[in-house]
Amino acid sequence: MTYLAKPKFRHPGLEVNARGFTHRDYEGAISTLCAGCGHDSISAALIQACFELNIEPHRVAKLSGIGCSSKTPDYFLGQSHGFNSVHGRMPSVLTGANLANKELLYLGISGDGDSASIGLGQFVHCIRRGVNMVYITENNGVYGLTKGQFSATADRGSKSKAGGTNNDSPIDLVGMALLAGATFVARSFSGDKGQLVPLIKAAMTHNGPAFIDVISPCIAFNNHAGSTKSFDFVREHNEAVNRVDFIEGRDEITADYAPGSSHDVEQHDGSIIRLHKIEPSYDPTDKVSAMDFLQRHHAKGELVTGLLYLDSHPRDLHDYLGTVDSPLNRLNEKELCPGSAALESINDEYR
Amino acid sequence: MPKSIKATNDFVVKFANVNGSGSASANEMFARSIMRMGVPIATRNIFPSNIQGLPTWYEVRVSEQGWRGRRGGVDFMAPMNPQTWDKDVREIEPGGYLFYDSTKPLPASKFRDDINIIGVPLTEIANSRYELPRDRQLLKNMIYVGALAALLDIEHGVLETLVGEQYAGKDRLIKPNLEALGLGRDHVLTHLKDACGLTVRRANGVGNQIFIDGNDAAALGAVYGGATVAAWYPITPSTSMAEAFAAHCKKLRVDPQTKANRFAIIQSEDELSAIGSVIGAGWNGARAFTATSGPGISLMQEFLGLAYFAEIPAVIFDIQRGGPSTGMPTRTQQSDLLVCAYASHGDTKHVLLLPEDPTEAFELAADAFDFAERLQTPVFVLLDLDIGMNDWLTRPFTWDDKRVYDRGKVMTAEQLEAGKEFGRYLDVDGDAIPYRTLPGTHPTKGAYFTRGTSRNRYAKYSEEGSDYVDNMQRLLRKLETAKTILPQPRITKAKQPTKLGVIYFGSTSAAMDEAMVALSDSGIHIDAMRLRAFPFHSDVPEFINQHDHVFIVEQNRDAQMRTLLVNECAIDPARFSSILHFDGTPITARFIKKEIADRLAAFEAAPRKRVSS
Repeated sequence: MTYLAKPKFRHPGLEVNARGFTHRDYEGAISTLCAGCGHDSISAALIQACFELNIEPHRVAKLSGIGCSSKTPDYFLGQSHGFNSVHGRMPSVLTGANLANKELLYLGISGDGDSASIGLGQFVHCIRRGVNMVYITENNGVYGLTKGQFSATADRGSKSKAGGTNNDSPIDLVGMALLAGATFVARSFSGDKGQLVPLIKAAMTHNGPAFIDVISPCIAFNNHAGSTKSFDFVREHNEAVNRVDFIEGRDEITADYAPGSSHDVEQHDGSIIRLHKIEPSYDPTDKVSAMDFLQRHHAKGELVTGLLYLDSHPRDLHDYLGTVDSPLNRLNEKELCPGSAALESINDEYR
Repeated sequence: MPKSIKATNDFVVKFANVNGSGSASANEMFARSIMRMGVPIATRNIFPSNIQGLPTWYEVRVSEQGWRGRRGGVDFMAPMNPQTWDKDVREIEPGGYLFYDSTKPLPASKFRDDINIIGVPLTEIANSRYELPRDRQLLKNMIYVGALAALLDIEHGVLETLVGEQYAGKDRLIKPNLEALGLGRDHVLTHLKDACGLTVRRANGVGNQIFIDGNDAAALGAVYGGATVAAWYPITPSTSMAEAFAAHCKKLRVDPQTKANRFAIIQSEDELSAIGSVIGAGWNGARAFTATSGPGISLMQEFLGLAYFAEIPAVIFDIQRGGPSTGMPTRTQQSDLLVCAYASHGDTKHVLLLPEDPTEAFELAADAFDFAERLQTPVFVLLDLDIGMNDWLTRPFTWDDKRVYDRGKVMTAEQLEAGKEFGRYLDVDGDAIPYRTLPGTHPTKGAYFTRGTSRNRYAKYSEEGSDYVDNMQRLLRKLETAKTILPQPRITKAKQPTKLGVIYFGSTSAAMDEAMVALSDSGIHIDAMRLRAFPFHSDVPEFINQHDHVFIVEQNRDAQMRTLLVNECAIDPARFSSILHFDGTPITARFIKKEIADRLAAFEAAPRKRVSS
């Protein structure tokens, strides 16, 4: 319910990025989510990531489904086109949009209610098709807009605010994304901006299906004792396997890390993802061992976060389809219509 | 001796086969040979929802007059399938011909006294010549084509030419096929000369027409209409349209220098995803379509409401089959009118296009993309299995090279930069169609948020009743604009002034054209109107109001077009009389003529109360 327009004035000394944009240029309408909602932190992280990456806001298309998380695209990147589609079906809309114009950055914003139930099919299928996108689930284990029912990512045994116990086995979206063939998979926490922002930046420069599951506690309906998606629970059980620095071109970052504990992965655009190992045995380039690690730690009740899988040579749907360089939505009748002479010989084939 | 039907260039031949036996290409060659002699044909495939082993039929109507509907009845039956023998034999007209494989003797009870029996030992001929079981099966098909051609006086040279064309590039197959044809012909010439009173005689009835199915034609129309994105999920009878689009694109849409594709086709995981991707692509400015059938339309309902309400161009080809539910997947019907016209919950109304044959399917397929972008709304092209999956002899396709695609009201970066006011749902010039912008157009102007929730004229979320009503009323006015640009109905006046009218649409045309002549010949004069689009042009209520009594011919149980006409044109239903054919087979001229004649006779016996106009 965005009735409120944000005031347009800004402090003249506000920092500008290389393209001359300020933070304010990446903001949207005023959020109507509950005060303290984890989702607003994710919006803030997206704004910061876009600012730091010098992205032109209008070159982003933000798409979402239905639910609290899916409302958030109104609250950031106000100069981008947004599409609040139907429940769980954002992935197909994003796929079509991406086919129409390969030049934009596609940001899919979803939640656990949107992606893990009705949208589970579309979630895995858009990933397995290799759509070049950043797909973020703002995962709180609960249906917020309808006031507190369990979602499909709620852990078995987790307690609802009303006192019920969840008996159903949870859907692990990270595991699903890995199985479906995502070439960039991460998990983070809305309360850890230091971890989240570099992950978003890395995902935005990744040239393939990038998925980030962000645990984002629901302050109104899932932040109580007995919940496994509360701020307290997530802080206590968060096991980061690595930290990521995102390095663009020549912006060398110098930080003190023990030798041999960091590893650089160069992206197609020349940027570098620098991984600092926290868990020495974790190798995010080895999908099979990563899946094994994630399953074993999940069974112990730990929430593994960080960059969980990265394919440094991703391909995307347009590569597979062999489409022309020019966006399909820009082709005109000269390029698309074979004309009357061709039609004459086609007629002959049917005589 | 039974009497024998004698006919030249005007009879029906039907083949009964087992699907998966390779009969289809042999049967089609038989049909083409008649067409190549300049004699028009109308063919129908009748097939099961199955790949191998079940009965299938192929009907060839030979009609020098060029009637394209099914006639009804069979003059010459070739039952090659023991499973359906009894039913097939029963279908033959008295005095007609039964052509069968006489290798194994059949008891007299398997035949009829009032038909002519023509036995050819097909299996014996094939087995004595060929060793391999597969050769025996496939070449037996060619033997019967050769025999049939000889019985019906089809020129052998025409068949030889067709064999050469069919196996061009696979030259080693030409010789055995020609030989098999010859074996069939020789047997007939030696043993069965003059056994059949049906004759094909060279004529000039085909002209420059082409022989093509509607799905193929619509796919080509989509190529010419500039479709670049197709998202689809396999479902009979629409699958061949999506596949034909892919095949045409590979020939016509590959950049000659880079070999890159000027199209993107995805086989979606289901129909929901397919329409979602079409809407995403349409939102982002590409011409996009999906092809589906009734069950797919049911699944797409929610998304169709979004596209209507958020005003996003989309083209949906619905190749209708028998419903409801899985219904009759391989039979034809016109039973998706209402589910398309009013698709989705809430108050909605959608554009429908109703092609009558493959040529119009090509034309309306191309036009559909202009209409969708001009009106910023979903456009349904309603074919049916009869048009979509049968080859029709039809007018050749034409294209005007000066034609420019109508991309509708899309505001450019230059217009935004020049300060032109942009309100996504603002009616600036009275046609109720607002401007839209495409994502990525301008750094600071023209971005908006697309949503399925209510909003004001500037695309801001709003729960104000007045904003909602304003928008819903504009959507209704937009459909009024649609009436003025969509294809108008085609009206054919009777030879004499009459107060009787008939309304029809889609594949019914084929039978209707013939029925009209038959009715006129028997002294019944009726004005006819063929509907080509919904919402209805003003000519439609005008036509109805000019007549006291109007027949509506449709291929569904519930008279869905009548419902649309009563509802949208505010017409007293008593004025209408529905003629309904919905057993899954294409409607025939005989059926229409009989229904109309019988009802008129009943009216005369007990005159209806006149309805005031």
